[in-house]
Amino acid sequence: MSSPSPVTPRLDAKVPVGAIADKWQNHKFSMNLVNPNNKRRFDVIVVGTGLAGASAAASLGELGYRVKAFTFHDSPRRAHSIAAQGGINAAKNYPNDGDSVHRLFYDTVKGGDYRSREANVHRLAEVSVDIIDQATAQGVPFARDYGGLLDNRSFGGAQVSRTFYARGQTGQQLLIGAYSALMRQVAAGTVELHSRSELLDVVKKDGRACGIVTRDLLSGEVTPHSAHAVVLATGGYGNVYFLSTNAMMCNVTAAWRAHKQGAFFANPCYTQIHPTCIPVSDDFQSKLTLMSESLRNDGRIWVPTTFDDARPAADVPESERDYYLERKYPAFGNLVPRDVASRNAKTVCDEGRGVGPLKNGVYLDFAAAISRDGLEAISDKYGNLFDMYHRITGENPYEQPMRIYPAIHYTMGGLWVDYHLMTTVPGLYCIGEANFSDHGANRLGASALMQGLADGYFVLPYTIGDDLAGLLGQAVVPTNDPVFTEAVRGVEDEQKRWLSINGTRSVDHFHRELGRIVWEYIGMARNQPGLEKALTEIPALREEFHSDVRVLGSAETLNQSLEKAGRVADFFDLAELMARDALEREESCGGHFREEHQTAEGEAQRDDENFAHVAAWEWNGDGTAQTRHREELDFENVALAQRSYK
Amino acid sequence: MSEGHGETINVTLKVWRQDGPDATGRFEVHHQAISTDASFLEMLDVLNEQLNEAGLEPVAFESDCREGICGTCGVMINGRAHGPQRATATCQLHMREFRDGDEIVIEPFRAAGFPVVRDLAVDRSPLDRIIEAGGFISVNTGAAAEANLTPVPKEAADQAFDAAACIGCGACVAACPNSAAQLFTSAKVGHLGLLPQGQAERWSRTESMVEAMEEFFGSCTNHGECSEACPKEISLDFIALMNRDYMKAKIRNRSLAGQH
Repeated sequence: MSSPSPVTPRLDAKVPVGAIADKWQNHKFSMNLVNPNNKRRFDVIVVGTGLAGASAAASLGELGYRVKAFTFHDSPRRAHSIAAQGGINAAKNYPNDGDSVHRLFYDTVKGGDYRSREANVHRLAEVSVDIIDQATAQGVPFARDYGGLLDNRSFGGAQVSRTFYARGQTGQQLLIGAYSALMRQVAAGTVELHSRSELLDVVKKDGRACGIVTRDLLSGEVTPHSAHAVVLATGGYGNVYFLSTNAMMCNVTAAWRAHKQGAFFANPCYTQIHPTCIPVSDDFQSKLTLMSESLRNDGRIWVPTTFDDARPAADVPESERDYYLERKYPAFGNLVPRDVASRNAKTVCDEGRGVGPLKNGVYLDFAAAISRDGLEAISDKYGNLFDMYHRITGENPYEQPMRIYPAIHYTMGGLWVDYHLMTTVPGLYCIGEANFSDHGANRLGASALMQGLADGYFVLPYTIGDDLAGLLGQAVVPTNDPVFTEAVRGVEDEQKRWLSINGTRSVDHFHRELGRIVWEYIGMARNQPGLEKALTEIPALREEFHSDVRVLGSAETLNQSLEKAGRVADFFDLAELMARDALEREESCGGHFREEHQTAEGEAQRDDENFAHVAAWEWNGDGTAQTRHREELDFENVALAQRSYK
Repeated sequence: MSEGHGETINVTLKVWRQDGPDATGRFEVHHQAISTDASFLEMLDVLNEQLNEAGLEPVAFESDCREGICGTCGVMINGRAHGPQRATATCQLHMREFRDGDEIVIEPFRAAGFPVVRDLAVDRSPLDRIIEAGGFISVNTGAAAEANLTPVPKEAADQAFDAAACIGCGACVAACPNSAAQLFTSAKVGHLGLLPQGQAERWSRTESMVEAMEEFFGSCTNHGECSEACPKEISLDFIALMNRDYMKAKIRNRSLAGQH
């Protein structure tokens, strides 16, 4: 167990000076520029083609940089951003309900439980309006009213309607927009697209990132790629829990391998539980399915007042229903932030008031909304979500309430980045969910799409130039340099090692077992004995994994077990760090709920005096404890307060 | 209420195995007991777990979101792309659609434009080539006007959305006797061509996308199998719209050429 060293230097986020509303504007002027003709002399690698990666690669290509974009999918359009349902926030104030850049900034800092960096969040709120313009111009079919103008709805954690949406497929439509912009640059020759290529190492020379090593998932070929800068846009690590709403292939490998090369990993214990997912139904369950949070606009959440109530929902009279969110939080009701909604669902289920065959859910009931607005209006808003629920559960939500339960959905932690979105490795950037930046300890609904696109379209394309300008005239490190040949050999050896273990259990078996430990001890509620137990059980299981996993087949073809072995190995290391981080953070904040630190009403109890900082972990080699660094968070514009949604 | 655990059924799987693009394929037979609550792909997960246990290589198949939106999954199930349930991608199909004793034939999407990569996985990258040919509106980052400057009639927005719902899975191609990609291509042409923002490039876009499509895929002979198989129920009307626009584009471009 490492302890925070008092002598580690404080991390400097390089936040510009000046008033919060002027920082980004002034900084854009003060940054170095690369003139248009010189941009073509720079090579930039972008890994990942979700919202952040595709928008960054397209924008950098448009600017004239020589971009290489990598995705491990068969097509850039498959990235998991596509599955986001509900919407994207922007401070347009179209509904005239009092929204502003400052309010979006304020809501995001507060929603993040005062654990995010003010300057980044303000910038995010500033560029949010440009994202809507950009996406609309690309043909993203946002919902419109009968006058043909853009429609908005409200979302958890906000009291204004600032969420733009495209039925229940906002992520898909925004990703298709970014993907089409990317493909336009591929056609224009500014972006070289490498699909089915997985990053397996980040390469440095003289302390600076100079490229990556990838494995072609069809041929198994391991290839070095060099560039002046490397951008990781590789998403979150929710699949460390095995069961999550993340897509099957989501993983931490790119970020983790960058971490092993010196990029600090920040706040790994900040994970988000989404309150409205379909409950687990059986042991063969491969993943969990999210029902958009937007459903909470019209659905009422309840459980029976009595314990172990086996009656069908329709037979429970109104007087025996507990609309517990409306009861406890009259101001926000069913629209309390995700962490609050999730913990309350856990509480009522732990009490024995859960519903469904496994008593592991709560009702999300649309009866009132249907009788108020009509079936058609509800179907217009949520039709595809209702259909999805019906297909998965075999139950019709127009006739009986949905059953929902929280599931891991998003990870706020990630690679530490400064104001420029650069990691602690010079030349290595991290954007989108993969970085730790803007959401603090809890992300508000409809803010993930906003952040991914803000980073990719409007932040990184500016900040990367400031760094590249200083490299003008420098050639990239050739791929026959020893730093590359060694990295390639390392990756090839790793593949051989997995195939040679020849143990008895599958990769999935170990992943599932790891997920059980992480969900049990580093899930919705954490405590010291549990975390200490996790710190014993994870390394023990990891040892078993490395000696008893069975990966069949060869490294020279499509081999999905082999791909997954490396990803699960990285999840093991990450899980251990999550437990350490959760143990060190002796407070509750946002998605990190330490049972020892709660108010008399059972709400999260922050400790601002000791923990108003980012914890960023430095890798010190296999088997050595990581060093915990701190970035102090200064709150000059938002007063620290106990979050209250009552 | 239909709450309660599913029952267990026994099915016979005939699964296509093929070691690589150039290898000869074959069917492998497996008997599988499975809960009707399992999804079709979870049933394949269970099969793979058993194969691995027995020292046999798992069946390669693709999937990612398992929510019917990413378009990664897709196999032929008893000869039908994505299987028997209407408007349902393979990953959303559940075993409650099958009966005890059923034989289930599982093959990769079959199309000349989609070569088999391994077992049930195919290469659908030609779909990206069609998008690359013009499936976009040319607006650089930062060049966009205020979003509400251009009202879009709700009707046009809704129709464009119906087309934009395409997930690019390629089931339309697999279902077509000619392996044509008209439904996929017309969904993108329709999505962008119906919106005011897409008008500037409407004709050139249609022309170049159709011609890229023809490089890889067969010709449409109006069977309509594509729309039947489409998990997003994209309408054949978009093919009609694309054909009309393609014709107009050709005439228009010829007359423009004559002016020079």
